[in-house]
Amino acid sequence: MEAAEATAGFDEQGLVQRARQGDQQAFSRLVSEYERKIFRLAKRITDSDEDAEDVLQEAFLKAYEHLDDFQGNSKFYTWLVRIAVNESLMKLRKRKTRRTISLDEPADGAEEPMVREIAVWDGNPEDQYAQEELRSILESAVQTLKPAFRIVFTLRDIDELSTEETAQALGLSIPAVKSRLLRARLELRDRLTRAFKKKGDDVFAYL
Amino acid sequence: MLTCKDFLRELSDYLDGAIDVELRAGLELHITECPNCWVILDTSKQTIRIYRGMEPQQLPQDVHDRLMAALQRKMTAKGRSLRAGFTSPPA
Repeated sequence: MEAAEATAGFDEQGLVQRARQGDQQAFSRLVSEYERKIFRLAKRITDSDEDAEDVLQEAFLKAYEHLDDFQGNSKFYTWLVRIAVNESLMKLRKRKTRRTISLDEPADGAEEPMVREIAVWDGNPEDQYAQEELRSILESAVQTLKPAFRIVFTLRDIDELSTEETAQALGLSIPAVKSRLLRARLELRDRLTRAFKKKGDDVFAYL
Repeated sequence: MLTCKDFLRELSDYLDGAIDVELRAGLELHITECPNCWVILDTSKQTIRIYRGMEPQQLPQDVHDRLMAALQRKMTAKGRSLRAGFTSPPA
């Protein structure tokens, strides 16, 4: 309800315009609108609260610093996402751990999309699980995706950016966004089906 | 006649309504004849629906406070000062 109220009457373009003229209240309003989403996105990529917080700060500070460079031919949020994705990837490079991350298509990306689980779900998961339990199932499922798929899925299906906006935010072509989204959706569908299927429909359930 | 492979390849665009009428009709015919693809379509729709409803969690108060403090410093450095009243997290 609060989120809906925050969105109602939210005029991104007008706020950006005012912020560019030095209206700090307008910029603060943009921060309030997007901080949770940017933090979630950064956490998805870095898989770390600490790094996600750094990314959150750096993304908004850079956006503020470079507000005059913002062209206005994309949405402010798309521009902000692009900054946050770059900051997140830089964070991971600096970490110098064995874990590497890339927005490039994984080597096996050319494969046909795979479907392993075919079973109907046991009713509506929202009715079967407590909210926090469901959130935890959904979050863990997303984190099992390869980063290249995870980020595209987050922007397209959770943040509800268009294909074009996602391509713009990630510096990817539209076919690349589409092919990653298809893989991500099918892999998540597989994982959620494993969690939510009717047990009787699974021929292996009792083996 | 479309195969299951064709169906899977087009599934995402079908769900997004990003295909032409003829292909849409072909895919819809396929699912009336292929129970497996019908289940895949149904569970894919549910997967997307369930994630779309997921609101981001509230930002921890201290994370929000540090963000606003960092912004305040930046704004001050730019010769502007952040007016009071924007250090509390959004509702």
